[in-house]
Amino acid sequence: MNIPFTAQLINMCAALLLLIAFAMLSQRRILSLINLFALQGLILSFSTAVVAYTTSQHHLYTSAALTLLLKVIVLPLILHRLIRKLNIKWDVETMFNIPTIMLIGLALVVFAFNLAAPISQMAGTVTKSTLGIAMASVLLSFLMMITRSKAVPQVVGFLAMENGLFFAATSATYGMPLVVELGIALDVLVGMFILGIFFFQIRVAFDSLDLKHMEKLKED
Amino acid sequence: MFDQFGLLPIDVALGVVVAWLVLGIAGLLLQNTRIITQFIFPAGALCSLVLAAAGLAGLSETSVAILPLGLPDLPFHLRMDALSSFFLLLLGGASVGISLFSAGYFRSMADDALALLSLEYHVFMAAMALVFMADDAYMFMVAWESMALSSYLLVTTDHEQGEVRRAGFLYLLIAHVGAIAILMGFGVMQGGQGDYTFDSMRHTHLSTFWATVTFLLALFGFGAKAGVLPLHAWLPEAHPAAPSPVSAMMSGIMLKTAVYGILRVSFDLLDTQLWWWGVLALTLGLLTALFGVIFAAVQSDMKRLLAYSSIENIGIILVGIGLTLIFHAFHKDALAALALTATLYHALNHAFMKSLLFLGTGSVLHATGERQLGKLGGLIHKMPKLALLMLVGTLAIAGLPPLNGFVSEWLLLQAFLLSPGLPQPYLNMLVPLAAAALALAAALAGYVMVKFYGVIFLGQPRDEKIIEVHDIGIWERIGMLCMVVACIALGVFPTFIILQLDLVTEMLVHHALGGSALQHGWLMLTPIQAERASYGPLILLCIIVIGGLATSLVVKKFYHGRLRRGPAWDCGFPAQTARMQDTAEGFGQPIRQIFEWFMGVVRQMPTPFDLHPHFHSETHDLLWNIFYAPIKRVNEMVGSQVGKLQHGRIHVYLLYSFVTLLALLAFIQ
Repeated sequence: MNIPFTAQLINMCAALLLLIAFAMLSQRRILSLINLFALQGLILSFSTAVVAYTTSQHHLYTSAALTLLLKVIVLPLILHRLIRKLNIKWDVETMFNIPTIMLIGLALVVFAFNLAAPISQMAGTVTKSTLGIAMASVLLSFLMMITRSKAVPQVVGFLAMENGLFFAATSATYGMPLVVELGIALDVLVGMFILGIFFFQIRVAFDSLDLKHMEKLKED
Repeated sequence: MFDQFGLLPIDVALGVVVAWLVLGIAGLLLQNTRIITQFIFPAGALCSLVLAAAGLAGLSETSVAILPLGLPDLPFHLRMDALSSFFLLLLGGASVGISLFSAGYFRSMADDALALLSLEYHVFMAAMALVFMADDAYMFMVAWESMALSSYLLVTTDHEQGEVRRAGFLYLLIAHVGAIAILMGFGVMQGGQGDYTFDSMRHTHLSTFWATVTFLLALFGFGAKAGVLPLHAWLPEAHPAAPSPVSAMMSGIMLKTAVYGILRVSFDLLDTQLWWWGVLALTLGLLTALFGVIFAAVQSDMKRLLAYSSIENIGIILVGIGLTLIFHAFHKDALAALALTATLYHALNHAFMKSLLFLGTGSVLHATGERQLGKLGGLIHKMPKLALLMLVGTLAIAGLPPLNGFVSEWLLLQAFLLSPGLPQPYLNMLVPLAAAALALAAALAGYVMVKFYGVIFLGQPRDEKIIEVHDIGIWERIGMLCMVVACIALGVFPTFIILQLDLVTEMLVHHALGGSALQHGWLMLTPIQAERASYGPLILLCIIVIGGLATSLVVKKFYHGRLRRGPAWDCGFPAQTARMQDTAEGFGQPIRQIFEWFMGVVRQMPTPFDLHPHFHSETHDLLWNIFYAPIKRVNEMVGSQVGKLQHGRIHVYLLYSFVTLLALLAFIQ
């Protein structure tokens, strides 16, 4: 096996991303969850930079820098401030049975790899082997959104899903055009602000950020 | 007619459409009841007159236009051939009177409400004109839907009442179900070429199966608009709910758009006609006519009565279409032309006489605030002018000579009576039966109209508030007078009308009645041969007038001198009160008894010991339970099952998207 060092580096990053996705899936503490999210952003940014270096796609450096700025610094900071203001820093979530969720997650990973195999064969990028992992992390983040009962972890799940999509784009086609990426970055930022405002509103209306209270909104 | 101005009829018609739209928008911007009633409605009536002239000119001259509007690469095609022109003539002619009447009728309405109504009203007329002119499926559907929506808004003018909102919803629902069928019909007709102009549909040859599918879809779709059984349910709800001029417009003109659609699809766009389509249309038409007239006989709300009478007349028109289809399929061109002439004639007649009656009920409603026949009566003393105008309308719709209703029904019966000799033995037996049923419907229509006129105008007032009412204003009178003049003219000069109708029959069934109808001069109408039957309305009118005058003179001369007034021999009745008159319910009682199995009658009979006896009877439409109630039940069941999907938990909703995503991913793999 003679895989170049950079490709090995990218594969390692992909493996780490998958690991972090599982870690997020099983993490009960909100604070740790945000830290994991920041770590995921860091690895994503690093792997994008490596891809940029390997393939000399210079716009990917910009993407990497953007990811670093937004997902490692700005968004975690906002989230930290939010949980401090909402005073839920040490909240522990009640969740479904974690081992069951992990098992479902494993099944999803198998599904994602199976799904990505034919696409990977067609793609001519050095990163093609990581497409399966990217899709797996998208699905795992989605699963995380479904299993969480509180608002903040759901938002973190949403942001992690965006990370997975970004990674999928990088590994399949060396990233989207810069304009699209800038647009998505702005969307995520604005979405975060709006959701932050919603947190306060939900808290005022229901005295809690537990989303099961919102079931009352249903019309009978 | 417009040649000297260098204009084609279609240019004039389009100009009228634009003028109506401008008038509607101007009314909306001005928001002033006085200006709208004194200026905008009369101006709209003037435009109607111009449209009628354009329709008359267009009968003999086909013109086309392409509007560079609509979607890119899909311009609107317009065409004005004889069929379109005839219906534009109908629209223009009937709406003159309705618009003039509206100028008086709406004078006390609030500014903002009237501004909206005037916009919807003019858009409604413009949309109908465009339906008649459309020459591609796209334009047709746009105009058709604009017509449905604007008329829905007009129906729900009094939307504060829940009953009106329900009627409007039912109307909109059935209209849209019909529109879907029409759209599918066009889809079949273009035959996979992707070209939706009517011109390409004319040149597409469909197999018998697909042609039948198209015809059935068209019959269903247009039937929903026309109120053909069993899609009639909206009609008796929506017509009473709307303001009277709107009811007049819907019943008199809008129902004819459906007639136009059926004729356009079955004779113009489809190149083959099968005889059993005609049998289907004939049977449906007869059922509709009988159903309509029987239910009209037992109604006690005057506008509902007229609505059921509209169902009956649509049934008669459909009978005519069915007969035309049968004759045309067997290549009996002269008879097909006769049946089609009768059909078109009846459509034209109905536009005028039913509008007249609806306008009249509007005036009664305005003056008395009462729609229930049981509270009216004796209005001939309070509103003599209205009573005279309405008398003409009632006699016309009852099918009495020398008015117009007689001419068309007579022509249709002639077509039936001349029909032996069809190559199908069963059909030969069926046709006289159908003629008998049609005659029954016509006779019952007369009964209904006696009830309608007698209960409202004759006798004594059944309610105290009627004593205070005033007769109609000048605008109302002019509007109704236009209708009356049209009814009389259509009745007295049928040969001239038939000469014009010939241009339409020539186009649709390639044969015209003209030669034989006129062979004895314009005075006598002879559909086929003078030996078989002929009718001279003007002569009849003269005889009626002279005979009536002579009788009254004789009576005055010999009888009046011997009149003696003395105390009444009261026979145990010290006084005659209004409550002793025959009521609407009482008058309809025989029909209710005979056809009780046909309708659901709910009676509340007082016991003999009841000190305050109260009789109440209601008639229900059994077809509702047969056709509509099961659909409603299934719909509710499915709806409640789907409602279970809405769980209220965000996680469940997320799960839905997640599962969908996984399923789609697995699917594309």
